[in-house]
Amino acid sequence: MPAKIVVQDIKKTFGSEKGPLPVLERISFSVGDGELVAIVGPSGCGKSTLLNVIAGFERPDQGHVTVDGAETFKPSSQGILISQHGSVFPWLTVQQNLMFGLNGHVHGDRETLADHYAAMVGLKGFERSYPHELSGGMLKRAELARALVVKPEILYMDEPFSALDALMNLRMRNELLRILSEERHTVVLVTHDVEEAIHLADRIIVLSSRPATLQAAFDVPFPHPRKLSSPGVQDLKVAILRELGVNGTEPDPQAAATRRSQPPNRH
Amino acid sequence: MERLKKLLPSLTVMALLIAAWWLVVMETQSVIFPTPWQVVTGTGELMQNGVLWEHIGASLFRVGSGFLLAVAFAVPLGLWMGWVRGAFTTLNPIFQMLRPISPIAWIPIAILWFGVGNASPIFLIFISSVFPMVVQTTSGVHTIERRYLRAAANFGVSRATLFRRVVIPAALPQIIVGMRIGLGVAWLVVVAAEMIALRSGLGFLIIDSRNAGNRYDLVIAAMIIIGLIGLLLDGLMRLLEGMKVVQWRYAR
Repeated sequence: MPAKIVVQDIKKTFGSEKGPLPVLERISFSVGDGELVAIVGPSGCGKSTLLNVIAGFERPDQGHVTVDGAETFKPSSQGILISQHGSVFPWLTVQQNLMFGLNGHVHGDRETLADHYAAMVGLKGFERSYPHELSGGMLKRAELARALVVKPEILYMDEPFSALDALMNLRMRNELLRILSEERHTVVLVTHDVEEAIHLADRIIVLSSRPATLQAAFDVPFPHPRKLSSPGVQDLKVAILRELGVNGTEPDPQAAATRRSQPPNRH
Repeated sequence: MERLKKLLPSLTVMALLIAAWWLVVMETQSVIFPTPWQVVTGTGELMQNGVLWEHIGASLFRVGSGFLLAVAFAVPLGLWMGWVRGAFTTLNPIFQMLRPISPIAWIPIAILWFGVGNASPIFLIFISSVFPMVVQTTSGVHTIERRYLRAAANFGVSRATLFRRVVIPAALPQIIVGMRIGLGVAWLVVVAAEMIALRSGLGFLIIDSRNAGNRYDLVIAAMIIIGLIGLLLDGLMRLLEGMKVVQWRYAR
């Protein structure tokens, strides 16, 4: 699989009142075309900052990010960011939101396309509704549809479903998998939910606490649909949680080092 | 029925106030201060000979012109100041200094520049309503949540689309708040402005009624009418808050 995104030696430091605050420390990895890579890490470790750097919203102090071999300097509709709090414009209807990114298209064309994606995420009949008339789950669908309609090659997802209740979270994960099986996107998913990562990802990258370094990487070798209660999944979950310092076990530096040096084994 | 129930307490208090007013005038046997009934008959007199409508029309015309000029000036300026950092740092101190000056203080200058015709009160209304609208529009732009601007940047839209689809609609609720404040102040100021050298308007009616034979019944009638029209104007601005595109801000 050719590499779609290459993250090379990224370093990022924020200035704060107490002096410089290193957030990202020499992070390198790559994401294959059509791959779904999840990034997990302790809260506040800099996961979101990393995603912002990859998506072009923030410049790294050192290192660079390339997409299809070209360095990214600013955000573009080639990769759309979906964030935890959502950014569906509350002053536009669902349909107007979906048409927002479609500038170059002819008018009639845009509406058909917008309605097609609204239907795809299950918002048929709500095209003329305003966001404040929708539930949290429907808002997420609208946001997803607005991203998909511009046919981005990459989706950057920052805790996309964490503001939803557990049931809606699960439902949206399945919805996302269904959509991804129809339209093949490359996805970088930041989450604190290990189970969500295992449910969705082809590969999981574990970051250390701040300043974040790449601590470990795991392949998720289970075919979809995944059964989250299966022993294999549970073992993987335990292994990842151990890396995150849960269960009172400190990560074994030697084991982590071996895993890091392993070439990602694709399935 | 429900609405009547809600209004009942304030209607009761109003009735009590009127009764107290009546009682006091009767008890003190004031020859100059009118009873509520005299105010009612005075109002009827004004309506019959048609002068009341002329005065109301004159006042509304001045407020309307001055206010619309202020909107046309303040909204684009506020958007610009909100969006362009340099414009804000340059102009904001000037506006902050001019804002606390009562519009009444501008009366001599208004007369000097515009004489004693309609232009003077229109200028005063412009001055009074322009500052709150500039301030509100600017803060409307400043308080646009970053996530919306980031989303717009993500989709790579043109500057024109960014303004039309994101900046202006996001600031619109605040702009409407500014317009409500602006129109309220404008209505306050027109009465004061009309007390000087003009021959029409509700402010003139008050001064003229007093000067021409101490007709305090007409003074109070004019005051009540000013209050009612002010309420009506605010109600009109409230209709703007009911628009679908701004509901997101007021609904919660």
